[in-house]
Amino acid sequence: MTAIRNILSRWLPAYAFLYIVFLYLPVVFLPIFSVNTSASPKFPLAGLTLQWYRDLPNTPALIDATRNSLMVGIAAALLSTILGICAARAITRYRFPGRRAINGLIMAPLVLPEIILAVSMLLVMLQLGLALSLVTVVFGHVLVCIPYSLSVLTSGFEGFDRSLEEASADLGETAFGTFRRVTLPMVAPAIISSLLVCFTISLDEFIIAFFLTGTEPTLPIYIWGQLRFASKLPGVLALGTLLLVGSFLLLTIAELLRRRAARRTQNTGGVLA
Amino acid sequence: MPEKPMPERSQSDRTMIEISHVTRSYGAFKALDDASLTIREGEFFSLLGPSGCGKTTLLRMIAGFDNPTTGTIAVGGQSMAGIPANRRPTNMVFQSYAIFPHLNVEQNVAYGLRRLKLGASEEKRRVDEALAQVSLTGLGKRGAHELSGGQRQRVALARALVMRPKVLLLDEPLSALDKKLREQMQVELRRLQQAVGITFILVTHDQYEALAMSDRIAVMFGGRIAQVASPKEIYQRPVNRQVADFLGGMNFVKAEIVEENGSSLVVDTLGFGRVKTEKPKAFVRNGGGATLGIRPERLRVLWEDAKSKFEVAGRVVERHYFGEITHLIVEIPGLEKPLSVTETNDFGADDIPVGAPIRLAYDPDALVALAD
Amino acid sequence: MTAAAEGSQPLGLRGRQRTSLLQSEAAQGFALISPTFLYALVLLVMPILVVVAHSFWTQNYLTIDRTFTLANYRIAVTEPIYLDLLMRSLWISLLVSFFTVVLAYPIAFYISFHGGRHKGLWLFLITIPFWTSYLLRVMSWKVILGYNGVLNSGLMGLGIIKEPSTALLYNTSAVVITLTHAWAAFAILPIFVSLEKIDRSLIEAATDLGDGPLRRFLRITLPLSVPGIVSAILIVMIPTVGDFVTPKLVGGKDGVMIANAIQALFGKGANWPLGAALSVTTMLVVTAMAASTVLIIRSAARLAR
Repeated sequence: MTAIRNILSRWLPAYAFLYIVFLYLPVVFLPIFSVNTSASPKFPLAGLTLQWYRDLPNTPALIDATRNSLMVGIAAALLSTILGICAARAITRYRFPGRRAINGLIMAPLVLPEIILAVSMLLVMLQLGLALSLVTVVFGHVLVCIPYSLSVLTSGFEGFDRSLEEASADLGETAFGTFRRVTLPMVAPAIISSLLVCFTISLDEFIIAFFLTGTEPTLPIYIWGQLRFASKLPGVLALGTLLLVGSFLLLTIAELLRRRAARRTQNTGGVLA
Repeated sequence: MPEKPMPERSQSDRTMIEISHVTRSYGAFKALDDASLTIREGEFFSLLGPSGCGKTTLLRMIAGFDNPTTGTIAVGGQSMAGIPANRRPTNMVFQSYAIFPHLNVEQNVAYGLRRLKLGASEEKRRVDEALAQVSLTGLGKRGAHELSGGQRQRVALARALVMRPKVLLLDEPLSALDKKLREQMQVELRRLQQAVGITFILVTHDQYEALAMSDRIAVMFGGRIAQVASPKEIYQRPVNRQVADFLGGMNFVKAEIVEENGSSLVVDTLGFGRVKTEKPKAFVRNGGGATLGIRPERLRVLWEDAKSKFEVAGRVVERHYFGEITHLIVEIPGLEKPLSVTETNDFGADDIPVGAPIRLAYDPDALVALAD
Repeated sequence: MTAAAEGSQPLGLRGRQRTSLLQSEAAQGFALISPTFLYALVLLVMPILVVVAHSFWTQNYLTIDRTFTLANYRIAVTEPIYLDLLMRSLWISLLVSFFTVVLAYPIAFYISFHGGRHKGLWLFLITIPFWTSYLLRVMSWKVILGYNGVLNSGLMGLGIIKEPSTALLYNTSAVVITLTHAWAAFAILPIFVSLEKIDRSLIEAATDLGDGPLRRFLRITLPLSVPGIVSAILIVMIPTVGDFVTPKLVGGKDGVMIANAIQALFGKGANWPLGAALSVTTMLVVTAMAASTVLIIRSAARLAR
């Protein structure tokens, strides 16, 4: 019995520490090798340089891919958040037959293999005669973003006390006025958080973009193309580091906003929880 | 709002709310069943009952958050049918208080005034006045999260009062507060109501709260209104066993009817002998029998050789000490259930030994006939 | 004063309005969710139905022959190469879900029971690596495990091995390691949520009734966290089968999975119906595997009581 207590008190924190190391191991090597003078990633480093970062802006293909990714990301974030708001509001506020089944269907892309989603959407889009382009990529990304958007927004809407809206009506406010003065200010952080999360997912998504894009590559597709050439590796690492920092900043903001929203509505629950 | 002089009772005989034959069904279930009620202007009126009795449903229908399946509700002589909550002359203090968490105290109180476009100075004056009424002066800039339970309750009250409604609706406003604060707020709410003269309708499941604050009480069970009367009458003359039981302890005594006429009953009981009592309105003869009730505090211990015209004799079987009072369980020969007696401890009721013989005095008026 | 009301309506009309209002509560909810629902229908349900339809058709060079046939399924389940790939994918996916859940459980447990005030920070810390580009993380593992990679050069630098080991990269274990890393957050979060939901007084009650730490873990904590374990497995096992980036980058010849074949058939191979049949078969088989795993875990939890 004391032995088990020892394991809990001593080994569990150690294990937690090792696990965090395991989680961050691949993440920390990106920035480390991105400043290495040698193109082959091994220790010890050959020397320190910012050369690879300086080269990035001079690569037209990269600039194009970045622009494509930004456009896709913004469009996907807006669309999936709007669809997420509708669904989250309906699920948290109304009771109607088939509510659970519809919720399950909307969340399903989370547990389906992405390749199946990708090829099935590919078939339909070709059947419908849609030319593959960034637009089709946006459609695909929206499908996989909605479950995340719905989770974030549901957790933001759930603690929302219905009597707040009733109180507003009771004090003479119209339905629209109630939405503008009570509902919107309270759920705004969750909405912004959803936008940021969806943007990040779209920015990093590869498999669906790979199948659904036409001639214009997104960033992950550009990176995938570069991976074939060993000499291009440092450039990719430099790009990856920048993406990492960008994602980290966006998600930190998203998390802070989500917490603020949760504090307001007295509700806890993570991005995925 | 009509200007009125400020008498001790701010009540008038004019009708403020007329509820006639209101039923609210959810499928086969009736949350409210043919309720009719008249509430007067300036009255402090309580809807009292256990949870699920329909009291909150009725309150929400007056506020406009729910609508009757059949029947009508009129406020100030106007039918409320088809009028949404935001256009009704009523305001509500919610059970959860529903303080807007993104606004501070002042902004919360000014929330409904904003639509009236009063102008900044008039708005501020009204907000300050309302905050003063609930003793929150100086706390206007506090955030919603920095408030204690009692303060939240006061903000909710100020936010509703500042609208100068014809009727203020209170949905279990004190249930979230601890005992001491609750008792203090009962007194304050009553004072506030008399000062502003607005009709208050309070929903509560706490009989002491209803008794302490109200001009009149409607006791509700299972979607039906069982009795509407003043606190004193509800307590002393409950119409049936259910109401009697809900309003505190009551001894029930089986009786045989000897004589029945328009307004009174003469009955024979084993312990109390022949008694003449007032006949309750809803009284239905149950064969030759009836039930009499007497409150535990209306039975008094007779000390030494004291005599009373009306007394019963028995034996103490249990004694429970409650500080200022003692609760005695007394067996009376001939009664199938022992009587509960509460006696103040001034004369040593807490020293009566268990098993001792005892005599109890009673006032025959305290014996009420109850419909089942 | 709040705006006073005016006008009234006859009683009968109110009654009818009430019923229509009740229905409209459901109707409003349905109307509100319908854009999202329609989107999922058009881009999820319809596409999957189209894939199922394709799996019964035949590729005829550039056109599709729409006569019903089971030939694709015959190939999918009899052709050794596809059968091998499918079996290997299932095995890898089983291994990945096992390791992910087993490694994740203690962390989730630690955060939930010993996280104190910093629970939120811990969770955030764990989700960050997951949000970085998947492609880059896989590539980073390639750098770590490679012939000239970090692990080999590190081990050689420490004098543990003399020449670089080839056992680290381009095999099944490389795929399993990479995927176990990739899915970590997906396993920790549902398990954490189910642990958080456990009423702590239940554990105190078990202690009060004489259970030691191990017993109360096995009899209370573990069985009550089964829902979290189940969703972790579902969320890891099914999508893992469909991965083709990891096998392609770090799997080598041994690590190729069924998704690589599906990708090839929809890409260069240009045999959509066969690709569709493989997709459907994979989905059915992995769903069956996930369902049976869940059943086994649930009945095991029932026995533990």
